Amino acid sequence: MLAYISIIVSAIFVNNIVFSQFLGICPFMGVSRKLSSAVGMGAAVTFVMAFATCVTWILQTYLLVPFGLQYMQTIAFILVIASLVQMLEIVMRKVAPALYQALGVFLPLITTNCAVLGVAILVVQKEFNLLMSLTYAVATAVGFTMALVIFAGIRQQLDLVDVPRPMRGTAIALICAGLLAMAFMGFAGISIPS
Amino acid sequence: MDFLRIIYNGIVRENPTFVLLLGMCPTLGTTGSAVTGMSMGVATMGVLICSNMSVSAIKSVVPSAVRIPVYIVVIATFVSVLQMLMAAYLPSLNATLGIFIPLIVVNCILLGRAEAFASRNSVLRSCADGIGIGLGFTLALTLLGAVRELLGTGRVFGLEVYPEQFGSLAFVLAPGAFIVLGLLIALFNCIRKS
Repeated sequence: MLAYISIIVSAIFVNNIVFSQFLGICPFMGVSRKLSSAVGMGAAVTFVMAFATCVTWILQTYLLVPFGLQYMQTIAFILVIASLVQMLEIVMRKVAPALYQALGVFLPLITTNCAVLGVAILVVQKEFNLLMSLTYAVATAVGFTMALVIFAGIRQQLDLVDVPRPMRGTAIALICAGLLAMAFMGFAGISIPS
Repeated sequence: MDFLRIIYNGIVRENPTFVLLLGMCPTLGTTGSAVTGMSMGVATMGVLICSNMSVSAIKSVVPSAVRIPVYIVVIATFVSVLQMLMAAYLPSLNATLGIFIPLIVVNCILLGRAEAFASRNSVLRSCADGIGIGLGFTLALTLLGAVRELLGTGRVFGLEVYPEQFGSLAFVLAPGAFIVLGLLIALFNCIRKS
């Protein structure tokens, strides 16, 4: 039990995927202009990350390792993630149109979100079992959503501020992200015995 | 002449980091020092040149409906080759760059150039574009790495500029990556406007 709590706290706060592992920066910078789209993107990433990590874990454990095909990992994982996202989009449009309305626009963007492939590979490197992998994926996605929502709030405030001309847009956003990362470094002191 | 113009275009006018703002994850994640930043840039450039030339060579036989999956497979193949080469010949560098090597697959620069340039131009021109964009990316990463290393540890490429105790460790850690990149983008904006 303690191992799972440790995974959750570590993935959300201590090793936050955006602020300390530098994964998923593109959607973090791209979709954080409005609070509502930040929440939508976060939900879509949570969904895909949990699903993709389970599928790639099963693929790795029952197909790649028994047949000695580990060198195919990168190709296999990216293809699985890309087709999974496509499939999710089609199924969601048919089964849950309301959900599709809310998350549909974010789904194609997720294929090239390095956080999804990153978590799939990290889980294999850390040698987690299936349940641990799922926990790690969901916790990481929650951490990502939290970072995205906090940052969207800051950027909405930032629109009202008079920023020097060359700093406008990405430059000042990155500096704000840096200050936020500094705040998140405070969590590094947390340690949970596992 | 055309060849040189394409290369110049990639380094300055369409610099992937400072102008197009693509490939942010490795830009932030691997620039703790000038050497790691440069290695990451060179590794990405190698894959980019190969993938650009291959995509350009097969452009007439790939149906446009399935072109994106085909490009992803081409890129993933070269990344797997690079992964194995680095694991065999540069194990320590491979360990430092870690997960960012397989994640070259989802670097938007590669897919972006395949779609925007290589699928419409000859093999030779695509090669030039790969070199130009790759050099632009490498220079940006080296510059970012050098500034972070200088501010953090007082060294550039491992050569001491001022004593280490005057450096601020925050610049080597996560927050420094965001802040230095933000300032460099602002500086690049200033130079380009004037």
